[in-house]
Amino acid sequence: MTTEFASKEITMGDPGPTGRFGTFGGRYVPESLVPACIELEEAFRDAWADPAFHAELDHILKSYGGRPTPVTECGRLSRELGVRLLLKREDLAHTGSHKLNNVIGQGLLARRMGKSKLIAETGAGQHGVASATAAALFGMECIVYMGEVDTQRQELNVFRMELLGATVVPVTSGSRTLKDAVNEAMRAWVATVDDTHYCLGSVMGPHPYPWMVRQFQSVIGHEARGQCRDLLDGGDPDLVVACAGGGSNAAGIFAGFADATASALVAVEAAGGAAVTTGIPGILHGMRSALIQDETGQILEAESISAGLDYPGIGPEHAHLADIGRARYEAVDDHEVMDAFQLLARTEGILPALESAHALAWVMRAARSGEIAAGSTVLINLSGRGDKDVAQVRDILKGRS
Amino acid sequence: MSAVEIGTLESRLRASRDAGRKLLIPYITGGVDDQWLVTLEALAGAGADAIEVGIPFSDPMIDGATIQESSLRSLARGTTPEGVLADLSRVDVGVPIVVMTYYNLIYRAGHERIAGSMHASGVTGAIIPDLPLEEVDGWAAAAEPEDVATVLLVAPSTPEDRMAAICARSHGFVYAVGRMGVTGEQAVLADSARQVASRITAITDVPVCVGIGVSTPDQAAAVCETADGVVVGSALVRRLLEGCGPEGAAEFVGSLRAAIDAG
Repeated sequence: MTTEFASKEITMGDPGPTGRFGTFGGRYVPESLVPACIELEEAFRDAWADPAFHAELDHILKSYGGRPTPVTECGRLSRELGVRLLLKREDLAHTGSHKLNNVIGQGLLARRMGKSKLIAETGAGQHGVASATAAALFGMECIVYMGEVDTQRQELNVFRMELLGATVVPVTSGSRTLKDAVNEAMRAWVATVDDTHYCLGSVMGPHPYPWMVRQFQSVIGHEARGQCRDLLDGGDPDLVVACAGGGSNAAGIFAGFADATASALVAVEAAGGAAVTTGIPGILHGMRSALIQDETGQILEAESISAGLDYPGIGPEHAHLADIGRARYEAVDDHEVMDAFQLLARTEGILPALESAHALAWVMRAARSGEIAAGSTVLINLSGRGDKDVAQVRDILKGRS
Repeated sequence: MSAVEIGTLESRLRASRDAGRKLLIPYITGGVDDQWLVTLEALAGAGADAIEVGIPFSDPMIDGATIQESSLRSLARGTTPEGVLADLSRVDVGVPIVVMTYYNLIYRAGHERIAGSMHASGVTGAIIPDLPLEEVDGWAAAAEPEDVATVLLVAPSTPEDRMAAICARSHGFVYAVGRMGVTGEQAVLADSARQVASRITAITDVPVCVGIGVSTPDQAAAVCETADGVVVGSALVRRLLEGCGPEGAAEFVGSLRAAIDAG
């Protein structure tokens, strides 16, 4: 099944000094932050070309982060859905999600740049926990901005961050969720840029973040492609599916397949925050991308069961991949997500993060409708584990019965 | 240079500066209350040389708590970009109006369309803080024919070569960011406010006005030792949010005027 793309153009390549993915991306930040973004881009280019940086990053991801994460073949669920289902197990990485890949990379980069503090935004808390973890590992201070609504939805993750030595700042502006946490982290960065690195958690924001975070997450896709070829006699999966809020786990796994294989790529958004499926191009948080907004350009509040997908935009490279047709973008609703969460738990003994359950929810729908042909091989990026969501799931199920 | 080449805003500000006057530019959020147009007139009467009018955005990234609050309050009253411009077209306060807003509102409306609306409503300049030098060309190409000057920002963090490139591209005035931070009142004027103004005035003839972190008459006077003028936002907006009304706003701006004139 392996088919190399004939195209000479690299689909997921270097966006160049202006940070453009097609017409998306860019660096739309106040002047105060432009020099910091330029400094960061230079530092990242330098580090990424340095074998010693890669050696240290790989060593930490292996000896501390638990990489490579396995690919699990689902027996019972495959039979139930009539497809061959494989899971890339990012839930088994240290801290319970793919977010660690990015923060170890950015933590090393921050240290290389001589920054002693990290600030981060978080939605579900996964990136906040990962950032707090990296800060502890590297002996840095860490402040995490988190929407007040999310601090309530993800109380235990707040406590986890505090145990790891981080300070969590509840954000009370706007919708009090992820987009407001990003606003507040950017505001804080303006005032602290001398000694502080903004450890942005997804493939979004001003250049170089969308590209840099994708590169740090591409380890998922590169591992998975090799693991699939071992399992599939040198073949590639027919579909590679991942959930997308900002879109870092999707970008990470797509990076291993977009250019090297003919696998179909599918990103699954939350119906209440479906930037590509229902949004239009605009500018927010330093990037031109697909955004949910009203007719005058005011940004609308996303609504999802999953705090990690509660974001009205998506990374600019995703808007580009949708534009050129290399990836498809689908949306699932909260009910489908709850069904997927429970089905994976009961058939495979895995509690997925509610974010990751979005990817499975679309596969369930598409396999049952025949949109995915019977017998197809489907690789899902299981981006995180669901322990953090158990209390919320309990409350929802109680409410339903 | 003729007024046509440099635009109405810059020719007005240059004329005042060259006559020895320090420039005072108060900021008010458009649509913040039902009296905001009356306030505009009061500000002009109290000695403003130009007025910066904010078109509120849902996600004001460079604004602190006060202007976030005024933006939310204005949006809750149903304020839209075209609504602010339509309101402005009904008044002539006698001093140039410069709008300040975020790029998504400009982009969504369309460069040509909103530049035309600005011109029609008498607006002669625009400050778009999340549209830095590298991204400004598309907007500036639409704004210049409509006599809407694109005011660019220089920050304390801006290196010299970049500062020169920004000054060459900034029209109306150069907005010197007084401190590394978001908008908001400060008890003490940052050293960076006077420093950044000195650095910029040394290399450009375009008027240089310092904003962000200038809150009191004393601070305004101190900044004007090195700058051509000053932008005062949060300190005025807080008073308006507290209900000072047009008279209170005029009184505060009058005190700023007196301080910079005495300095």
